[in-house]
Amino acid sequence: MLLAPNLKLFLIEVGDLSRFVGHFFQQWFKPRYEVAEFFRQCYVIGYKSLPLIGLTAFIMGLVITMQLRPSMVEYGVESQLPVIVGIAIIREIGPVITALIFAGKIGSSIGAELGSMRVTEQIDAMEVSGTNPFKYLVVTRVFASVLMLPVLVLLGDAISLYGSYLGVNIRSTTSSYLFWTQIVNVLSFSDVLPAFVKSFFFGFAVGIIGCYKGYNSKKGTEGVGRSANSSVVLSSIMIFVIDLLAVQITDLLGLN
Amino acid sequence: MISDTNDNLKIENSAPDVAVLVIRHLYKSFGNNHVLDDFNLEMQKGESVVVLGRSGSGKSVLIKCVIGLLEPDKGNIELFGDDLTGISEEELDKIRAKVGFLFQSNALYDSMTVRENLEFPLRRHWIQVTQEEVNIMVLDALEDVGLAHTIDMMPVELSGGMRKRIALARTLILKPEIILYDEPTTGLDSITSKEIITLMRVIQEKYNTTSLIISHDMNCVHMASNRVVILVDGKCYASGTYQELEQSMDPKVKQFFE
Repeated sequence: MLLAPNLKLFLIEVGDLSRFVGHFFQQWFKPRYEVAEFFRQCYVIGYKSLPLIGLTAFIMGLVITMQLRPSMVEYGVESQLPVIVGIAIIREIGPVITALIFAGKIGSSIGAELGSMRVTEQIDAMEVSGTNPFKYLVVTRVFASVLMLPVLVLLGDAISLYGSYLGVNIRSTTSSYLFWTQIVNVLSFSDVLPAFVKSFFFGFAVGIIGCYKGYNSKKGTEGVGRSANSSVVLSSIMIFVIDLLAVQITDLLGLN
Repeated sequence: MISDTNDNLKIENSAPDVAVLVIRHLYKSFGNNHVLDDFNLEMQKGESVVVLGRSGSGKSVLIKCVIGLLEPDKGNIELFGDDLTGISEEELDKIRAKVGFLFQSNALYDSMTVRENLEFPLRRHWIQVTQEEVNIMVLDALEDVGLAHTIDMMPVELSGGMRKRIALARTLILKPEIILYDEPTTGLDSITSKEIITLMRVIQEKYNTTSLIISHDMNCVHMASNRVVILVDGKCYASGTYQELEQSMDPKVKQFFE
């Protein structure tokens, strides 16, 4: 009995989100194109996220390497450490962790910003000023997220592998040439492409959910906090769902 | 002159000028809550009409229907002779360029400076405007509200009264023919309220604008209105000058003036 109202609310939410996504695809190609705002968002969403993504990626690469090392030594395959870490980071850990950090920083920021604009009537003011707020605020942010997250994933992967290189060299000595050659030799097209492609979808999920939650924010300042919070929670869940689907699809396509 | 028709008090307007705003049989509901229920209003050029009503009586809904932020369930709204019902976004934007809207919360863009806030509607409505023209118009609007020195400040650095003035300057920048004020004195102290109302009057006289003011602040109603419309149960219950309505014996009108 308790499930029925929750299920109803869930279905309403799914319906509203689907309508929002539909409206996005309806609006994105229509003029007027908000090019300046799009580039501003690329700067805010992409460039300003780089220090956080870079730091977490570096620590992640270093820690994974240090954690894996004892087991690798135990099984006598210590020399394969760069290969294992490289594949793990590029195929899975890099895109997913970067997307989760991105959801925490950008998803919450978009949710809070648009939510605050909604409750203080700034979105209405935009509409009155001859601006389509959906195009100006939502389309630009979602596109910036879609384009910037794959770039951040690539940079994050590189920084993470550098962290791993330092991790390998804490207990032993491996030359930079040997480390990178081992990774590059073992990586194939099917390792890099699915991981890169799914990061576009991660970016879309974070952008559209943050915008949806913020744009439809209600109940004053409490609603703004809730929008920011639910943006992160829902985006994070969606990242894992997309990741699961991506694995199934790459499996079906024989790319695994 | 106040006349009593169909239980509603109405005043015959003597000004034979052009109607800037005509609202006919307007209905708007949210679920079972009938906010506007056959509301009618006509405003002539240069008039300053205050819509007076209790909190939650639908005043803000009315003004948002007029600017096209909310779609009425039934009825017609004509601005400058153009019917807003079913018009395209492009046509609506052209009409909106002639309408100023002062939001209750000011709605200044937090991420922009005062200059950028004022430039925003200019650039959106008038694509062809040069930077030099923009600079002049921004300064003019800021000088009108006496805050030219705040041009490079952020909204967060300003006091409540200053933010209201900047919001008014942003409204003025397009030289609107009609200005809609949504609770212009809410949240301000009595001295600042008086300053804002005086500023509204000065602007109206200087630019000969028409003003539709939503308020429940009797000081604002008294100082800013040529005509007062009382909104009760979603209807235009009574209309007249402040002095006429003040003397009304109707209990629903009287409660506002006690």
